[in-house]
Amino acid sequence: MFHIYCPYCEEHREEEEFHPKGQAHIARPEDPDACSDEAWGDYLFFRDNPRGIHHEMWLHAVGCRKFFNITRHTVSYEILETYKMGEQPTVGAEHLAREEKTAREGKTDSVQVAEGGQQAVGASDAALASVKGAQA
Amino acid sequence: MSQTAAQPNRLAQGGQVDRTQALTFTFNGHSYTGHPGDTLASALLANGVDLVNRSFKYSRPRGIVAAGAEEPNAVVQLGATEATQVPNVRATQQALYDGLVASSTNGWPDVQRDIMRWVGKLGSPFMPPGFYYKTFMAPASMWMTYEKYIRKTAGLGRSPTQPDPDIYDHMHRHCDLLVVGAGPAGLSAALTAARAGARVILCDEQETMGGSLLDTRETLDDRPAAHWLQATLAALAEYDNVTLLPRTTAHGYHDHHFVTLHERRTEHLGDSAPSRAGHRQSRSRLHRVRAGQVVLATGAHERPLVYANNDVPGNLLAGAVSTYIRRYGVVPGRKLVLSTSNDHAYRAALDWQEAGREVAAIVDARTAPEGDLVAQAKAAGIRVITGSAVIEAKGAQRVSSARVAAIDVDAFTVTGKVETLECDTIASSGGYSPVIHLASHTGARPVWSDDIIGFVPTTVAGVTAAGGAHGVYPLGEVLADGVEAGANAVTALGFATTVNDADLPRVAPRHEGPACALFQVPHEKATLRAPKQFVDLQNDVTAAAIEVATLEGFESIEHVKRYTAMGFGTDQGKLGNINGMAVAARCLGQSIPETGTTVFRPNYTPVTFGAVVGRHCRELFDPERYTPMQAWHVAQGAEFEDVGQWKRPWYYPRKRAGGELETMAEAVARECRAVREGVGILDASTLGKIDIQGPDAREFLGRIYTNKWQKLAPGRVRYGLMCGDDGMVMDDGTTSCLAENHFLMTTTTGNAAPVLEWLELWHQTEWPELDVYFTSVTDHWATMTVTGPEARKLLTDMTDIDLDREAFKFMDWREGHVAGVPARVFRISFTGELAFEINVQAHYAMHVWEALFERGKHFDLTPYGTETMHVLRAEKGFIIVGQDTDGSVTPEDLGMHWAIGYDKPFPWIGKRALTRSDTRRENRKQLVGLRPKDPSVVLEEGAQIVFDPNHAIPMPMVGHVTSSYYSPTLESGFALAVVKGGHQRMGESVYLPMADGRIHEADIVGTQFVDPQGERQHV
Amino acid sequence: MSNTVHVYDARADHATVTAESPLAYSFQRSGMPAPGEASGEESRAVIGERAFLGHLILRGGAIVLDEALREVLGIGLPGRPNSLTVDADGQRSVQWLSPDEWLLIVPGDETFGLETRLRAHLGGSHVAIVDVSAGQTLIELSGEAAHEVLMKSTVYDVDPHAFTVGKGVTTLFAKTSVILRRPDESRWELIVRRSFADYVYRWLLDAGAEYGIGVVREDRHESQ
Repeated sequence: MFHIYCPYCEEHREEEEFHPKGQAHIARPEDPDACSDEAWGDYLFFRDNPRGIHHEMWLHAVGCRKFFNITRHTVSYEILETYKMGEQPTVGAEHLAREEKTAREGKTDSVQVAEGGQQAVGASDAALASVKGAQA
Repeated sequence: MSQTAAQPNRLAQGGQVDRTQALTFTFNGHSYTGHPGDTLASALLANGVDLVNRSFKYSRPRGIVAAGAEEPNAVVQLGATEATQVPNVRATQQALYDGLVASSTNGWPDVQRDIMRWVGKLGSPFMPPGFYYKTFMAPASMWMTYEKYIRKTAGLGRSPTQPDPDIYDHMHRHCDLLVVGAGPAGLSAALTAARAGARVILCDEQETMGGSLLDTRETLDDRPAAHWLQATLAALAEYDNVTLLPRTTAHGYHDHHFVTLHERRTEHLGDSAPSRAGHRQSRSRLHRVRAGQVVLATGAHERPLVYANNDVPGNLLAGAVSTYIRRYGVVPGRKLVLSTSNDHAYRAALDWQEAGREVAAIVDARTAPEGDLVAQAKAAGIRVITGSAVIEAKGAQRVSSARVAAIDVDAFTVTGKVETLECDTIASSGGYSPVIHLASHTGARPVWSDDIIGFVPTTVAGVTAAGGAHGVYPLGEVLADGVEAGANAVTALGFATTVNDADLPRVAPRHEGPACALFQVPHEKATLRAPKQFVDLQNDVTAAAIEVATLEGFESIEHVKRYTAMGFGTDQGKLGNINGMAVAARCLGQSIPETGTTVFRPNYTPVTFGAVVGRHCRELFDPERYTPMQAWHVAQGAEFEDVGQWKRPWYYPRKRAGGELETMAEAVARECRAVREGVGILDASTLGKIDIQGPDAREFLGRIYTNKWQKLAPGRVRYGLMCGDDGMVMDDGTTSCLAENHFLMTTTTGNAAPVLEWLELWHQTEWPELDVYFTSVTDHWATMTVTGPEARKLLTDMTDIDLDREAFKFMDWREGHVAGVPARVFRISFTGELAFEINVQAHYAMHVWEALFERGKHFDLTPYGTETMHVLRAEKGFIIVGQDTDGSVTPEDLGMHWAIGYDKPFPWIGKRALTRSDTRRENRKQLVGLRPKDPSVVLEEGAQIVFDPNHAIPMPMVGHVTSSYYSPTLESGFALAVVKGGHQRMGESVYLPMADGRIHEADIVGTQFVDPQGERQHV
Repeated sequence: MSNTVHVYDARADHATVTAESPLAYSFQRSGMPAPGEASGEESRAVIGERAFLGHLILRGGAIVLDEALREVLGIGLPGRPNSLTVDADGQRSVQWLSPDEWLLIVPGDETFGLETRLRAHLGGSHVAIVDVSAGQTLIELSGEAAHEVLMKSTVYDVDPHAFTVGKGVTTLFAKTSVILRRPDESRWELIVRRSFADYVYRWLLDAGAEYGIGVVREDRHESQ
């Protein structure tokens, strides 16, 4: 049972008050008619499922009824931050990869970085490459 | 010392039982007495009851081994009546009360004469690990038969067959610090945190708080530890920021310091919870605790040594022997042999001797034990045999002697001659295992410590283990560790603490020599040929079984565990896991840390279903939502249907001439005719209603609905379809323009909350720039639908609204009064007949409803329920989202092209998906009407449709029936269905093969069965 | 008043029209044990309905709404999330529900007039005001065990030291939702949706049984 900080209510609340709404930062294409069938299908149906950092959208359903985002570690279930709709996360895969790399010294079960998508928010290409390299 | 005659093992003095009161109880049909302060286990031991159960697999006789939650054998069935049966109760944790009735859970037909006994006697060749897998595997069809008998012989307790007379409840708690365990570490942690002003919850699973202080030989401030214990508990009770929960087991540690506690509130008082001041009280209570920090002061469980026949009654844990003597005044035998690997266990022999019974010998695996307790034992004249261990117990239903020999621990061999010592009790101690179960629930893996010869927990942030729970055992250090843990925890939360060593009670220094790492004791014979050496008593797992498992190639401890069933069941490996791992490690030639550990899952000890459910049962199981007219519906004898959480009138059976109630079919036919020919009324208050205000409201509607909203004028109403962005229909309803920037949306009953959430989702995440607000007004407005050809006549004299067909057209709404109450009236129709939907504030709903019936007497105004509503709407081809659609149906599939605004400027939700190749397929399942060839047939909803009934099985299924009813108007069954390419198949025949072999034939027709031109609603 | 929004007085004349509170059916069906009746001892928890109050939902920007409220009602919006402002005689209150949503509760007969004056004051500002008076009701809970009744019912922390006077939250209550607030030292207020009111009432009677819960009738209640 999570204990979630609602960035609008400005306090921690019990998980039962919230609804999870899936991966965060899935923007609706500006011009849907210009999307190929495949691109539209990706927008509708395809989501990341990383082992590690995940940005998720939640709704404070029995509370302020606001949508907001959570950065959560999918292994430890630790919630690293919550932030309002329209804001960007400060904790990303890069952050965690760096931390874990230092801690683990060479073990290979690492934070996964999803291909593309919003998983890489806040991470530079170089950092991503280094994380991927560490996994190989 | 002497003992009372009735309780041969009860001491005349000592312990914390009240000998002035006798409690009578029954075990396996025999009556015994005990005292307040006893557990069932201590009372059984006091009465000399050796045999408490038959073992799970081999059906061997078993006695009490432990004194706490780790007891593997004395798991009993409790309950004096059928309704109060409780399975899986550990006798060591069940307080004695007058009239308690308990029985063994294993043993068929009874515990003394056990049919399975031969299995245990004949020994291991008959039941190797994986016995059930190997023996009963073939033929597979026989498994169900085998299982019945295996289950019966296995016992495991049973549920009551009658309703539980008790209630259970939940309590939500929040605290800064939760301390689990009220032994010396937990008490000092709690006291430290309490002094700092933190909100503290201290829980302990035992009847009395105190943990090891309840039976320790040590002194605090030169007085018996009980003095400090009482003073500390009294001090804690004074703090209003401290909640003390005795008899409360922390059984599960969940995410983010959410811990569930099971408080047994009345289990010590009787078979069923006694009422208090005329009120029922809950038998047990689940506390759902959200803590800022948690201190796990759960102590350590003593590990038994694994030697041959170590399961014969009379083999106990050394610590349990001390507990029974010191806490309950019960000596569980006459002559003791103690087998130990450490100093601490010596106290069992000292306590035994002080109780006036004989100690045959202390057998110490160490060659040169040298601690203070060793010296005390020697000074007391007790024989100490060093470098040796009990290698085998003798005896059938009770220990009769111990075979003792010198051993080489490292070489795992017996090195000396075997000496047989006569005794009836063997106490053993192989050291201590920190109780790491709760820490393990957090996902943190324990790590092996050679210092304490055990696993110590690692923890997630915010959780601290203190005292024995992380391998700190000397009392003085435990107290200091508790203080430090408590201080650190609340400091992390921002409380100021001052830790003063002078606050700690003084503990007399005591020297303890190092322990040796002994788990399985070698025998003269190899493990596979030696008498059974039990590792897990509850699941009957022997050292030989583990060895066989490793020989068969199981190397991972997780696989060994599953193959042998070690650590399963209610026991969760409390006594056996470490020994089992040690055996596996020895067989695999590796260390224990290399072998790993198994993790522990919730629950630590069993929790009753009653406690899990709490008050969410029976009439409080789920909310029942009522409309303001509920009392009227009930008074009219309506039958109700669940629609989401709403109770909606389904139909209103009337009494027939003979006094009998109409059948549902009769009532529905009558209600249908009333609406088609006269006037009926429906309570439609459950429809979702959303007030939408803002300059961009109209634009927003255009984006969220598939059809156009730009030109809807105030005073007008429009039907709308809502899709997901996948193009599939998710809701429908009417939306009225109340004013230029003000709309009232209706949703289907079940979708009111999801639709509001949907609107908020798009507004908050994609289009925050649109100035619009949404507010649920579902419960504010009551809605009553007056419909039928006579509807206008009925209302004319009741309202100031001009009901003229030109002044108030179909799909208009008007404001005025009905029965003297301000009302909005909407000319919308879900029946196809002339209809007025009257909305009034819910406070006045009953007033208006009753006024309508008063006036309605002249028109035989007929209330109708949801079933009639369904028939009438289906006759008109009006869909029900969720019944005729299932998340894979587009507006085009429904034939509702007229409700799709492809040319709207904004790419509205669902639009793009409607041009994907998949949604453009020609053979999509499309909504059609079906007319059975035989008009008396009402097709089954959900029935599959085929084109060719003679096709070989499996037949290609091309659709299914979504709605099907008998129409009194058509005098025929009719249905709505989805059929592949159905829109192009009008007039074709389809077939519906039924489970009973019949095949129905039906014609594909349009979806509008009654008044296809839609004229009647415009009259 | 702007004609872009349909402002409408849907309150009937209570002198000629029978109004039923959301709990009317529940009182009839489940009874109203008077305080002290069940156990013969003093009730440690007491509930009562404050029926027919005016409940208005305000949506919009905090600054404009605060200004309008101060002008029209004499009290401002609460400054913090999850808090409550109550006027001097305790009859009118505004509660934060979300960053752009507040609940205004006033005597029932003031509802429409207040909405009208607020709208007049707010002019062309983008706000929404929605009357939800009949869609919910207010239940008062008091007594020394009041917070224990709540602990059995809601996941929110209702320790009186943590849930201080002036706090108000939307949270779970058993299997439904509730607006829970503490207007003063002695009372808790539960605002429940009409269709769920019976469930909440039955839950309260059950949870309060061990504290000898009693129900006060409104006429007696108001004279307290």
